[in-house]
Amino acid sequence: MSDTAIKFENISKQYRLGTIGTGTLSHDLNRWWTINVRGKEDPYLKVGQVNDREAKSTSDYVWALQDIDLEVKQGEVLGIIGNNGAGKSTLLKILSRVTNPSTGRILAHGRIASLLEVGTGFHPELTGRENIYMNGSIMGMTKTEITSKFDEIVEFAGVEKYIDTPVKRYSSGMTVRLGFAIAAHMEPEILVVDEVLAVGDAEFQKKAIGKMQDVSNYQGRTVLFVSHNMGAIEQLCSRAISLDKGKINLSGTTNEVINHYLKNNSIVEGKIIDSLKIHNHQISIESITINQSPNNIIVINPHENRLTINIKGYLSEGKKMSLEIRFYDQLEHLQMLFSPGHLYENIKFFEKGQFEISETIVLPDSLTKNEFKLTIDVTRPNIEKLFSFRNSVKLICKGIQGYSGLEFPASNCGLLMLR
Amino acid sequence: MSDINKEWDFIIEPKGSMFNLNLKEVWHYKDLLEMYIKRDIVTFYKQTLLGPLWFFIQPFFTTIVFMFVFGGLAGIPTDGIPQPLFYLSGICLWNYFSESLIKTSDTFYTNQAVFGKVYFPRLIVPLSVTISGLLKMLIQLFLFAGVYIYFLSKGASIEINRYAFLFPVLIFILAGLGLGFGIIISSMTTKYRDLKFLVAFAIQLWMYFTPVIYPLSVMEGNYKKYMWLIQANPLTAVLETFKYGFLGRGSFSWFALGYSVIFTFFILLLGTWIFNRVERSFMDVV
Ligand SMILES: Nc1ncnc2c1ncn2[C@@H]1O[C@H](COP(=O)(O)OP(=O)(O)O)[C@@H](O)[C@H]1O
Ligand SMILES: [Mg+2]
Repeated sequence: MSDTAIKFENISKQYRLGTIGTGTLSHDLNRWWTINVRGKEDPYLKVGQVNDREAKSTSDYVWALQDIDLEVKQGEVLGIIGNNGAGKSTLLKILSRVTNPSTGRILAHGRIASLLEVGTGFHPELTGRENIYMNGSIMGMTKTEITSKFDEIVEFAGVEKYIDTPVKRYSSGMTVRLGFAIAAHMEPEILVVDEVLAVGDAEFQKKAIGKMQDVSNYQGRTVLFVSHNMGAIEQLCSRAISLDKGKINLSGTTNEVINHYLKNNSIVEGKIIDSLKIHNHQISIESITINQSPNNIIVINPHENRLTINIKGYLSEGKKMSLEIRFYDQLEHLQMLFSPGHLYENIKFFEKGQFEISETIVLPDSLTKNEFKLTIDVTRPNIEKLFSFRNSVKLICKGIQGYSGLEFPASNCGLLMLR
Repeated sequence: MSDINKEWDFIIEPKGSMFNLNLKEVWHYKDLLEMYIKRDIVTFYKQTLLGPLWFFIQPFFTTIVFMFVFGGLAGIPTDGIPQPLFYLSGICLWNYFSESLIKTSDTFYTNQAVFGKVYFPRLIVPLSVTISGLLKMLIQLFLFAGVYIYFLSKGASIEINRYAFLFPVLIFILAGLGLGFGIIISSMTTKYRDLKFLVAFAIQLWMYFTPVIYPLSVMEGNYKKYMWLIQANPLTAVLETFKYGFLGRGSFSWFALGYSVIFTFFILLLGTWIFNRVERSFMDVV
């Protein structure tokens, strides 16, 4: 069947940045009084801001989406990729009817269940059980339908123990798991999932992807899936689009679109520290270097095979920490992992105060000519992630040379030349 | 291609139709409405130490204070109705209206997190507030009934008559005005957040232009000049009709009641229309 499930026709979305007024009646009145009655300057004008009507009217608006035309077939799993701010979430929000398009229209068949970015539309003071019923009926299910799915949902989300606890006590991972479980089990004709899986752990991600595959393959339902995880997109989606600055810049098979996206989104030169993401607020980071350089493009020449990573920072509480470094290829396939914590249980305890983590990786000396993207995580292995540098480093390996100075590119020879 | 006449389940467009009030859709989500009502009541229980008892304590003590201040100190007559009955009836009806209005006027802000994640007709939320408030008022009227029976047994000159059958109409007016004004204001508070305080203040004043603490007859006798203001108030007929029907005192006029009903319809329509406009653009502003 190649019935159209959703049809986007010329969808555009314009946001107004900031509000026209000050947002409160008293401020607006005060402003009116100061300007018109006392003849003074606008008291709420930001320092350095020009009060120029012309300049304002153009810069106050931003097009989050422009002229999106797109058809999604029934049973199709469409991947949506793009940089931050490309308009992915806006597209899904419009489809989920949380916000309105500025122009164009969307035609669709069936019920939509959506899981939009962080937060799930739960009522924090209600229990998990109550929220399942509430969310289910929001998605248009009757009470009996929800009851018949209830146990499955709870089991899938793994929240049996906490089902009668208010969701405000749930961890973010639990909340997302429950939100996903509800959306996926409500048998919507259209399932919309925005980046949320990034919050869950790896095991849940796997389970969620499996569930979405079931939903589309066996039940013929349509899935729209936004993710930065190219592996997940590749595994799940039959077709993909790539959004750039509010426009579709490519639509095609998943591989085509991913390759195009990755080619145009290679790591740009900068500092490693700029990609820092802190997950635990007892930590602050001062510097990170690789082979004594703070830059994010590292070249490894033949005969060199050491990478020394050095991180300095401050802890407001003693912590056990260990490094995990993942080496991805250009298609974001994982190629190698360095994790002394997992391998040797080499997990050091760092006292409160200044700390310095230093590890040296000895790379195999027979790596081929290759390029890797590195993701550096500092974790307590299997327990928590403390901070990370995601897609932070481009590692260019010149690779082993043959007897006459011959190069061995990875695309022809694989990861290693065996001896 | 036979695509042309294909029936779509829904169409998302920039602006909804001018005259579609989405009421059919609200009906479609009645299960959700029921859950919201339950939630309103349950959270109320959980939040107060005294639970359901609180429903009674509030009107009980307000009545005592009113008896002391307005009946005693100010010496405002009550049309020959025993003071507790007079004040209690006024308080129950008035509180229902004012609480519905104040709570619904906050709809968009208090629900912003949920509205940003999932779609359902937003009208469900203020509707549930109005209905759960109604349940609360009906419970409070038990207190009224108790006091009523007490005074009846003591031989007070009160009598229930056929105008008491108009009670459902009175409920419609109270609920409709509370909801209607509430959602109109909720749509305005998306632009002005501090409007909330102004509303609370305005409601306080409004009570004094409604025959809650005084009977209409007192106004008519002493302040004829301001009668038009009180007669223009659509709540006047509600309080007077209630007292007339259940206590046999006060005034009743079909014209005044008819005016209130028409006024209520108008506010409800206007409110729903404005609310539907705003619910479509609200999420972008916060
Ligand atoms: N409520 C809003 N008000 C103003 N601008 C917004 C709002 N939401 C999103 N935007 C802007 O719209 C653009 C697209 O955002 P979004 O859809 O969240 O992108 P993505 O999900 O692809 O990262 C961004 O430039 C963002 O700043
Ligand atoms: Mg996004």
